[in-house]
Amino acid sequence: MGNRHHAAAHPSRRALRALFRVRPESGAAPAIELRGIDKSFGTVRANRGVSLSVAKGSITGIVGENGAGKSTLMSILYGLYEADAGEILVDGQAVRMRGPADAIARGIGMVHQHFMLVAPFTVLENLVLGAEGGAVLRRGLAAARAELARLASEYGLSVDPDAVVGDLSVGEQQRVEILKVLFRGARVLILDEPSAVLTPQETDQLFRILATLKERGVTVLLITHKLREIMAATDTVFVMRQGEVVAERRTADTNPEELAELMVGRKVRLTLEKDAVATGDVLLKAEKLDLTDSRGVKLLDGVDLELRAGEIVGIAGVSGNGQTELLQILSGIRRPTGGRLQVRGRVIDTSHPTDPAEMRTLGLCHVPEDRQRQGMVAPFRAAETSILGYHKLKPFTRRGLLDHVATTAHCGLLMERFDVRPPIPALRSSSFSGGNQQKLVLAREMDRTPRILLVGQPTRGVDIGAIEFIHRQLVAARDAGCAVLVVSVELDEILSLSDRIVVMFGGRIVGELPAAKADERTLGLMMANAHA
Amino acid sequence: MSEGFDLIVLTLAATLRVATPLILCAMGGLFSERSGIIDVGLEGKMLMAAFAAGTVAAVTDSAWLAVAAAILASTAMALLHGFACITWRGNQVVSGVAINIIAAGLTVVLGTAFFARGGQTPALEPEARLMPITLPGAESLVGVPVLGPIYRSLISGQNVLVYVALLSVPLTWWIVGKTRFGLRLRAVGEMPLAVDTAGISVSWLRYRAVLLCGLLAGIAGAYLAIAQNAGFSRDMTAGQGFIALAAIIFGKWRPLPAFGACLMFGLLDAVAIRLQGVRMPGLGEVPVQLIQALPYLLTILLLAGFIGRAGAPRAIGVPYEKEH
Ligand SMILES: Nc1ncnc2c1ncn2[C@@H]1O[C@H](COP(=O)(O)OP(=O)(O)OP(=O)(O)O)[C@@H](O)[C@H]1O
Ligand SMILES: [Mg+2]
Repeated sequence: MGNRHHAAAHPSRRALRALFRVRPESGAAPAIELRGIDKSFGTVRANRGVSLSVAKGSITGIVGENGAGKSTLMSILYGLYEADAGEILVDGQAVRMRGPADAIARGIGMVHQHFMLVAPFTVLENLVLGAEGGAVLRRGLAAARAELARLASEYGLSVDPDAVVGDLSVGEQQRVEILKVLFRGARVLILDEPSAVLTPQETDQLFRILATLKERGVTVLLITHKLREIMAATDTVFVMRQGEVVAERRTADTNPEELAELMVGRKVRLTLEKDAVATGDVLLKAEKLDLTDSRGVKLLDGVDLELRAGEIVGIAGVSGNGQTELLQILSGIRRPTGGRLQVRGRVIDTSHPTDPAEMRTLGLCHVPEDRQRQGMVAPFRAAETSILGYHKLKPFTRRGLLDHVATTAHCGLLMERFDVRPPIPALRSSSFSGGNQQKLVLAREMDRTPRILLVGQPTRGVDIGAIEFIHRQLVAARDAGCAVLVVSVELDEILSLSDRIVVMFGGRIVGELPAAKADERTLGLMMANAHA
Repeated sequence: MSEGFDLIVLTLAATLRVATPLILCAMGGLFSERSGIIDVGLEGKMLMAAFAAGTVAAVTDSAWLAVAAAILASTAMALLHGFACITWRGNQVVSGVAINIIAAGLTVVLGTAFFARGGQTPALEPEARLMPITLPGAESLVGVPVLGPIYRSLISGQNVLVYVALLSVPLTWWIVGKTRFGLRLRAVGEMPLAVDTAGISVSWLRYRAVLLCGLLAGIAGAYLAIAQNAGFSRDMTAGQGFIALAAIIFGKWRPLPAFGACLMFGLLDAVAIRLQGVRMPGLGEVPVQLIQALPYLLTILLLAGFIGRAGAPRAIGVPYEKEH
């Protein structure tokens, strides 16, 4: 197989690559063909004249910047949205998708970025929803149980059929989603940013599953922002930009640099450059922070942490090991149940609590992990989102009334500086693509020139160009003397951004090392707490 | 048998009679709420149904036509609620309150216009009502100790609609828990997007749930007007729709516990009736009003969220919008 040198640069990637050796069928009609798909939301043209074809039994990647129209295109293929114009062909036959039911009947299944699972249902109940096999459940459930066992052995996808989905890990939930699709007999599987929420281990597992699916002749459409996944798993890649397909490449004939350039329309530096700067005073100091929830579960256990001016500290760890809670406490959202926190001289403990508003006045800004629920109010206009938390300040509020004009102008400026697209302050916050929402929230917080900046998952679901941009902004803030704390489940990100890396496991800090001494392997071992 | 035992059996029989409209409404409301549509309009639907039943029974002298009219009136209101909340994605509480107001006003206006009796419908002859039915053997078995009186006074001798209400409980339990429709119903109340992406229509599912609710609330209304009473009188539902709603919440949106809550409310009411005018040694006259007020007090506490919305369907009250 042609040009492999990018894969070869990385041993585990080569192993992964080997899994995908199976050749797609040639000669047969393409599994999916889209012709001239157009779709607008109001004035936003999400798709314009998109045409692409997907060979049977292949894994086809779709990459593109945030807001390029990838999710929209897949939603059209799955019948969730109706295209304004264009044709969809499945196995060479033109079909009209009036709803997901049509797509399912044509053997198309989709795993959405936000899972479509009913949390209090069991795995089995989720599996049969919509394909119950009769008006009374008993028979259908029994048949589904047998089929689940078969799928589990055939594709190596094991889950407990009677487990309640809400109790499963994100990786397991995703497996349930894939099983749901296979259970309906789908031959085409659409995955929208499947690895965005997975841990590195879960991601590896996912790609092994995809390899098996391909072996069994399933066609896979994969949307991702991670070019290494594209390079490792796909046969063909389509690049989208501003609603159009701008390039099609055989994966073997391309490389990450070329794809990045095609996506963004300019050269992108895939590695971050930063100079050493001297660190300054300790701006934030946590001593023996404890957090116990109402059921008595220890979420944080004696966490000590120091943040100095002019450094980026990265917190690595598999999600759910206390990072979220730590960010909540440091930003004043949640009160610790024990320990002490000092923020620029202000002492905070159980008898001297604080709140996010006070933290802001101390120059501490926070970009929350869950931007959609904590960083913005979905139905608010972008202009309103861009002043949340600072809305009482001049010039946004004058004599107790919000100044609409000033707010809009401010948002326009932020949008320009942070390249938020589309740059329309009057648009609903929820109408922006994930990456652009992130840029908006980041812009709001960074515009305050914080002394301390806490950032959770800075680039979750964000495209390559924006990652480069966001990383450079964070480094610039650090160079200007800001203390930056980054929580991320992406090891690459932690490694390239941080000056110092702290690893969390089970609510405790299990290790700390300067970035220069860290690599993926040691961090991985520490994250699994396997080094002791 | 002792007098005390007879008293207990009779009180329990009265409990069933009082709880019947609550049970029917609670089961109906359960369908609606499990699908994610809040139903504070149970009261209004039941009132409209009672009025329709009273009117049709008075005019046609046919009890069964009256029941049909009650169901029709109540489902029409349910459809209105569905139209406002499902099709137009309006606020479900506001729509429910509107239905209660419409029902309270319309029944009086129409009643006065039709019969000129201050909103009441004419008193019904027994032929135009549903009367208690005696099950075979009720009298001959009365000599059997314990079971005899229970069979005669509690199990037999109830109204058909009481049996319908009792039957509606296992039926609801079975439909919600064991059928395809029930699975989808539970799913749509939790996560409508999951239902939509599974290729199932969210709206149609919710409409069916709302209509089922209309059906059951309709039967409840008919019971009030032509079974428990001999005609419709204004505001005769007296908040029972809200009590049924409280029973649903108390039962955490599950049929059997909700049924239990209805029986408890019914029992309080039956005991209050039984204690009317009774003097207790040391206490004086029993404060019946207090006991009668208990279900309402409990309802207020429950609806005010004192036991929390724990167990509520997650998507309850949230209109489903796809392209947002
Ligand atoms: N329901 C909607 N209403 C209005 N605008 C929308 C809607 N969905 C998407 N858009 C707009 O359409 C464009 C394409 O969005 P889409 O979600 O398809 O992008 P994407 O390529 O999937 O981006 P990302 O990588 O961030 O997920 C964006 O500009 C977005 O703001
Ligand atoms: Mg997307």
